[in-house]
Amino acid sequence: METPYKILILDDEADWLELCRDIFAQLPSKPEIRTCTSSPRALGMLDSEPFRLLILDLKMPRMDGLQVLSVVRRRYPELRTIVLSGLEEEELRSRAYALGADLFWLKNDMQRDSKMFMDCLESLLGRDTNGGFRGIQSKGLMDIIQLECLSRSSTVLRITRGPLVGRLWFQNGELFDAEAEGARGEVAFRRILAWKSGTFENMPAEPGREHTITKSINALLLESAQTMDENANPSSETQFIDARHRNTVWKLALLVREGAEFVIAVPPEGQGEPEALGTQSTDMAGWTRHTTEIARRLGDKVEAGPLLHLTARSLEKRLVVLSAGNRSFLVGWSQDVTDQKMLENSKRIVASWDS
Amino acid sequence: MGFINYIKRLFRSRPDVQQLPQGSISVNHEGLIITCTVSSAYSKALLGEIGSEVLVLFREARAAQMPLTEVSIHYGSFLVTARELRGGALIFLLPQSALIQLPT
Repeated sequence: METPYKILILDDEADWLELCRDIFAQLPSKPEIRTCTSSPRALGMLDSEPFRLLILDLKMPRMDGLQVLSVVRRRYPELRTIVLSGLEEEELRSRAYALGADLFWLKNDMQRDSKMFMDCLESLLGRDTNGGFRGIQSKGLMDIIQLECLSRSSTVLRITRGPLVGRLWFQNGELFDAEAEGARGEVAFRRILAWKSGTFENMPAEPGREHTITKSINALLLESAQTMDENANPSSETQFIDARHRNTVWKLALLVREGAEFVIAVPPEGQGEPEALGTQSTDMAGWTRHTTEIARRLGDKVEAGPLLHLTARSLEKRLVVLSAGNRSFLVGWSQDVTDQKMLENSKRIVASWDS
Repeated sequence: MGFINYIKRLFRSRPDVQQLPQGSISVNHEGLIITCTVSSAYSKALLGEIGSEVLVLFREARAAQMPLTEVSIHYGSFLVTARELRGGALIFLLPQSALIQLPT
């Protein structure tokens, strides 16, 4: 009989550990589960006996999860790691993956999508230790998609860019469905390919899903590359006008899709003109620029942490000011929009703006 | 004695940790604080600056043909909400910890 794999769960909350122990005990491979509430003790346990998988929280006293991850990656390269965090921050997700975590999962999602989480966990436990590299960095999305196709993978590639989430479904190396920003099929695939950066993770395959893409992956990649190339380097005046026109139409469609009334993208002083869509007035561009400066200055004086965003209400409209790169964005909404929708959709508009 | 002096120096050399203000202030159209529920331990000058900067935001929005009734500035650990009040403003200051969900 095969020796069961050992899983070590590290979290400073004893109740959570108990809950995890009960849940993971139901895995088909019946792993041996050990728990620990402190990072130094967990490292000691990893030193003294072999574990297959480490599941850890990020927010812990004395030594946090990211520090543990960096030590573990160096000392035990064969150990699989899953970060299970309650903090929904894209930066933490990126840092965890950069430190070599195999999977980043939110505690809430784990409770909501427990079946999918268990599938991922079982797949990680069973994965052959002799094959596969981890820590792909400095690779574009096209490279990653081609890798999945060449290795004839059956998987779901979940791609995240800030608040935007896209999924690509593969079966035996063939791309058969895509979903992003409310679109499906080839449209969604092209939208995802236009994202310039982000993170990705592999989820279990879903072979029963409906097929919406029939073209070969090579044809799709070629078409997308040509379009991006033409937009980035127009060779003639006509192509230049076409590219600008396409860009404007695409941004207007984005505005309508998310439900906003207008957007003004404001570059720093002396670095170009503001770009306004949905409004003729650019009076608010100066206000947006100056408001961002005032808010940052105030935050520095009070030591309030980084400026996340600013919301405002007038008699007719609601406004959100967000920063991305060196630009500020003012997004205008109607009065009846909910706070959550206004903020989430504004973030999506800003994240997609340059795609 | 030498040891005690060393300990004293050690404690003196620690950087001051500035607490975030909690409470509300109302400022008139000149930026003067009229009422204040923030602890008196907090710098009045800094509260005055918050009031003045908020008034500038409202004033510039009026000048840009978009008069505002409310502005909320969300920081990583702090929330400032200001309501326009006949040229002045009522400002709510609310520190946030990492584990508390920030109101939008």
